[in-house]
Amino acid sequence: MDSKDYLKDISEIKDMMTKSSRFISLSGFSGILAGIYALIGAYIAYYLVTHYSHGVLLLNGWVFKFCLLTLALVALFSIITGIILTTKKAKQQNAKIWDATSRRLVFNFLIPLVVGGIYILIILSQGKYGQSGGLMLIFYGLALVNASKYSIGDIQYLGGIQIILGLIGAWHPGYGFWLWVLGFGIMHIIYGTWMYFKYDRK
Amino acid sequence: MSIINNINKAFDHRIRLGIMSILMVNDYADFNMLKELLGATDGNLASHTKALEKVAYIKIEKQFIGKKPNTRYAVTPLGKAEFRKHIDALEKLIQKH
Repeated sequence: MDSKDYLKDISEIKDMMTKSSRFISLSGFSGILAGIYALIGAYIAYYLVTHYSHGVLLLNGWVFKFCLLTLALVALFSIITGIILTTKKAKQQNAKIWDATSRRLVFNFLIPLVVGGIYILIILSQGKYGQSGGLMLIFYGLALVNASKYSIGDIQYLGGIQIILGLIGAWHPGYGFWLWVLGFGIMHIIYGTWMYFKYDRK
Repeated sequence: MSIINNINKAFDHRIRLGIMSILMVNDYADFNMLKELLGATDGNLASHTKALEKVAYIKIEKQFIGKKPNTRYAVTPLGKAEFRKHIDALEKLIQKH
C-alpha cells in the first residue's frame, strides 16, 4: 500500500463517521424562505395591531387570535418547506431522508422546542404575553444548539444568536416583537443564504 | 518500523474500516444500519463483524425489540484504543511521504 491508499483510508474513515452520525442534507434555501414567511407574518401582525387594535394587544380580542393564527401558519409553512426542500436535497445526495441520523436530529431538536411551546401556551393562558417573543427565541435557539450535534455544526451559531436575542427580549420585553423579527426573519435569511452558498451549491 | 507495527491488519479492509468508523462515533449500530451505510451484503458484513468480534474489538448484543430479534454492535474499549492507534499510524505514514 502506498501513501495514496492510506490517504483514501483516512478520508473514508472521516466520511463514514460523518455519514453515520450526522444528518447533513438540511436545505439552506428553506432557511431563507422560513425567514421570508416570518417577515410576512410579522408584517400582518404589526398591521393588525396598529390599525385595528390601537397599538395595544388585548388577549381576548380577535386581533390577538388572528396574530396567533398567523404565527401558527408561519411555523406550519416553514416546516412544510423545510421538509420538501430537505427531502429533495437528500435525494440529490443519495441520502435517506428518514434514517437513524435524521430521526435523532428531529428528536433532539423537538425536545426544547416542544417544552418551550407548551410553556409559552401556559403563560399565555395566564395572560402573561409580554415575554413570549423572547421565550420563543430562547427555546428555538436551545433547540438549534441541541440539534447541531447531529447535523451541520454551523447551526449552533444561529442557535447562540437566537438565545442572545431572546435574553435581550426578556430584559426589554418592549422590543420583543422587533427582536422576533430580527431572529426569526432576518437571521434566518442571512443564515440560509450563507448555508446555501456554503453547502447547497456544490 | 514502529509505525508499520501500529498498522493493524485487523482493519485492513474497507468494510472493517467502515464498521469501526461508524461504531467510534455512535454508541451502537444495528446490522441494517451498518449494511445500508457500507453497502455490503448480509454474508459479507456478517463475516467482517465476526472477525472484529473474534479479536474483541467490537461486541455483539442480541436483544428483542417487541417480538423482533435485533442484533446491534458496539465498540469495546480495546477496539477504540486499537483503532485510534491505527488512525495515528495512517496519518504519520501520509505525512512521511
